[in-house]
Order: sequence, then structure tokens, then C-alpha cells
Amino acid sequence: MSERNYGKVCRDGLWNNNQALVALLGMCPLLAVSNTLMNGLGLGLATTLTLVCSNSIISIIRKQVPDEIRLPVFVLIIASVVTTIELCMNAYFHELYTILGIFIPLIVTNCAIIGRAEAYASKNPLDLAALDGLMMGLGFTSVLVLLGGLRELIGSGTLFAQAHLMLGDAVKGWELTVIDDYSGFLLAILPPGAFIGLGLIIAVKNIIDSRQQQKASPKEEVVTFAPQAEKA
Amino acid sequence: MEFSTAISPHIKPGNRVDRMMLQVLLALIPGALAMIWFFGWGILFNLIVASVTAIACEALILKLRNKPVRSTLCDLSALLTAVLLALALPPLAPWWLAFIGTAFAIIIAKQLYGGLGYNPFNPAMIGYVVLLISFPLQMTAWIPPSTIAETPSIIDSLQLLFGLVPESLNIDAITMATPLDTMKTELGINRTTGEILENSLFGTFGGSGWEWIANGYLLGGIWLIYKRVIGWQIPIALLLGLTAISLVSFLLGPDNHPYPFFHLFSGATMLGAFFIATDPVTASTTPKGRLIYGFLIGLLIYVIRTYGGYPDAVAFAVLIMNLTVPLIDYYTQPRVFGHAVEEHNE
Repeated sequence: MSERNYGKVCRDGLWNNNQALVALLGMCPLLAVSNTLMNGLGLGLATTLTLVCSNSIISIIRKQVPDEIRLPVFVLIIASVVTTIELCMNAYFHELYTILGIFIPLIVTNCAIIGRAEAYASKNPLDLAALDGLMMGLGFTSVLVLLGGLRELIGSGTLFAQAHLMLGDAVKGWELTVIDDYSGFLLAILPPGAFIGLGLIIAVKNIIDSRQQQKASPKEEVVTFAPQAEKA
Repeated sequence: MEFSTAISPHIKPGNRVDRMMLQVLLALIPGALAMIWFFGWGILFNLIVASVTAIACEALILKLRNKPVRSTLCDLSALLTAVLLALALPPLAPWWLAFIGTAFAIIIAKQLYGGLGYNPFNPAMIGYVVLLISFPLQMTAWIPPSTIAETPSIIDSLQLLFGLVPESLNIDAITMATPLDTMKTELGINRTTGEILENSLFGTFGGSGWEWIANGYLLGGIWLIYKRVIGWQIPIALLLGLTAISLVSFLLGPDNHPYPFFHLFSGATMLGAFFIATDPVTASTTPKGRLIYGFLIGLLIYVIRTYGGYPDAVAFAVLIMNLTVPLIDYYTQPRVFGHAVEEHNE
């Protein structure tokens, strides 16, 4: 790629090729861990960090790796990165680490990460690959946070529960009880809530996209509709 | 909605969706009246809240989807969903229970799949299961039938509907487990069926009062079969399946297993057999397939009632079998007139 189009990388990562909403990759951790806002944020940031590191390393060594064995090499690199992050989380955010549990080591199997390594980092220079990792990760995180927030709000009527586990005691007052005396809509916290919630978020994204498309190409509309109007 | 007819000659059957739905609604009346008689005004209020919610939600989504609102509403399918769901709710339910259940049934289980005819799962049962899983406390707050204790007055019922507890009533004192629930709990603590059935909660066949509600649904169901609104295969096969498995286990261990009539006339068996499992959209469509579908629902009702976590199982059994309908239909297609029997070659 001769021209370095940073803006396009950002737009793709955050919206046009959002790993959760468009590529539908990494569904397992996305659906399983998004039961509260803070869980979503924690897993999202861990995934983002993994994406940036793995994309950078793979981009640096991309010319040395023979084509035939590139996938095992990528998997090994991602596994090492995830193991490092897992150990760090265990050391510094132990309680969050116990809540997220198996899903931290399972970041290794997140298809979004190997997907970006194969589709982007192995073909592009370091700066673009790192930016792509960051943006894809943030796009994934934002969906996790949105879905987690919605499920927490509907399911138990709170927001930012257990925020202090991740951000320290300074934010203990963040926990909001949005609806007082709420008996809780359990379905939202259970797995069906994740599927229905994600489906609705994807639907909203598609509505926004199709509205923008209509706005962006009013000329084509005129061309296609004009003959019909004349007939009528 | 009217089916388009081909060029003549033809016999005009005159079975339109709205007429079928109306007949099913009429057939529900005896059972519903029995339920109001035994459990008080709360049932009627549930019916009203659910119906209003269903029509409002259906109209809203149809408008969003740019579909004709009035003609679709007039097919009465949304109303039927609401009535079936409301008849499954406990009489002390606050208004939001019926509201959430019906809104979920109409918007997510029916309209998001494409509306009437496209939904793979029975919307009323989806709504019921959502409520049962999300609000177990409110969903199990049943009261004893009027044969045992007085039901709350109309004023008290209205107050309960809006979440207020009337001073004259003590909720913990008036709520009582359903016969199926009692049977399950007491069997769990190693009492024999003979001891359990001495409780005044039980009548001749099933639960006191409950058996008359079941009789009401049975009456309506037989009328529906007579009118050919529903086929005989699903209800008969379902009741047969439930009777067969409960008879076998009753004969093997009469002390730990209630007799088959208890299963037939308790809970939602009759409502499920004639009105829920026979939903033309989500049930199997071939004659042989309907027999299999009904029989397996009967077996599942028994298995889930006996070994599952919830006392009644009609909703779960119907939803599980809804999943298998495409497979059943695929393997039970009847021979087309004039064609040899075709083997399914994979």
C-alpha cells in the first residue's frame, strides 16, 4: 500500500468492518461476558491490547515467515501475548481476572484476532498494522460495552456495578442504580438476552447504514425513480 | 385476510384466517369462564391487559414494517396469542407481567420473524417461558381455587393488578402452590401419592377446580375438531403419549407416580393439547407428522414434569417440539397423487 490512509483504517475498524457487528467474529466471548458493563469493558480492553501487540509483532516479522507455516506462527505469537496479558491481569486486577475467568485465556481463540493477523497485519507495515489492531479492538470493545450496559440496565437496573475492581477505589461511587426497587428482568442477563441484544444492535447499525447510503446517493435515486414517475 | 383462489372449477372452502381464529377464541370461552369462576377477577384483568398490549404492539410493528395495519389486526391472531398467554398467568399477577409477556411474544417471537405464518415458535409459549424464567416469584403466586378458599374481591384484584397489596389481604397467606407443584414437592420429600392426594387441594381426577377448567378446554377442543378447525391427530396423539408413559410408570410404582388421569386433568395439559400444540403455524403439517409431533409432546410433558425443575411442562415441551417440526415434516411428506413413493436420497 503506497498511500497511508490512516482515516480509512480507523473508519473500517470502528464502523464499516466492525469485528462484532459486521464480521461477526469473536461471538463466544462477546455473548458470554457482556452481562455487565464493566465485564464488557474489561474483556474489550484485554482484547484490544492483544490485538495491538499481536498485529505489531506479526507485521514486523511478516517478511521472514514462510507462507506455508504462517498460521501456526501467528497462533503461537497470539498465545504468547495472551499469556502475558493473563499473568499481568492476575497480578494487578485479580478480582476482575476471577470474574472473567476462562474468557481471558480464550482470547487466543477469538477469531477476530487471527483474522486481523491473517487479513491485515501480515500484509501491511508496522504503523498501519498497529493502528488497525487498536481500531478493531476499540470497535469490538464499544460493542461489548454497549451490549453489557444494556443487559446490566435491563437485567438488574444498575450501571457500572463493580467498577472499582478495574479502576480502583476512586470510582466506587460510580455505581448507579438507575431504577430503584427493580425486581430484575433475568432474561437479559441470561444467554438469550445476549443473542437478542446483539441482534437488535446489528439491526440498528444496518438501519443507520442504509439511511446514510440513501443520503449519500440521492442522484441514483432520482435516476431510478424518474421513469416510474413519468409513467404514473 | 382472504386466500386468492385459482381459476374455476373449484369448491370454495371459505376457511379464512380470521374465521378460524374467531372459532378458536370462541372455543376457549368455557375454559376461560371456568378459570374466572375458580380463580377470580384477576384472570379477567390479565386477559384485558394482554389483549390491549397485543393489539397495540402488533399495530406499532406493522406500521414500522410498512404493512397494512387494519387488515392484519382483523385476522385476530395477535388477540389469540394474548388470550392464550393470559390464561397461563396466575390471578395475582401485576399488570406489567401480562404486558411484558405479550409484548415479547408479539414483537420478538412473532413480528421480528416476519409475522403470522413465519414464526418458528409458538409466540404465546415464548412469552410464557420468558416470564417464567425472568420472574419466577410472580409467576408462581397462585391462589387456591374458590372450592377451598374465597378468591379476592374485584376491588382487591384491581389493586393487585397495579402492584398494591390490599390491607385486607396477606399475600403470603392467600397464595398456595398449584396441585402439580404440591405433588412434585411432596413426592420429593418421600411421601406417597395416596398421602398427598388426601390434601383438599386435589379433586376427583386432578386438582380441585383445575379439573373443571380442563373439562372446559376439553369441551372447546372437541367442538374445534368437530368444526374441523383443528385436526384430531395432535390432541389425540398428545393425550395418548402422556397417558401411555404415565400409565407405565404408575403401574411400575403406584406410590411414587400419580395416576394418568392426574396428569391429563392438571396444569395446562388440555389447554396445550387442543389450543397450543395445534397452532397451525408452528405445528407439523402432515397427517403422520402430526401424530409423531403430538405423541412426543405428550412424552416430553411427562418427562419434564417428573424430572425437570418446573412443575408444569407444556410450554417447554411445545417449544422443543417446534424446533423439530421441519425435520418431522421432511420425513413424513405424504405421497403426491399420481406419483410413486419417493425415497429420500441424501
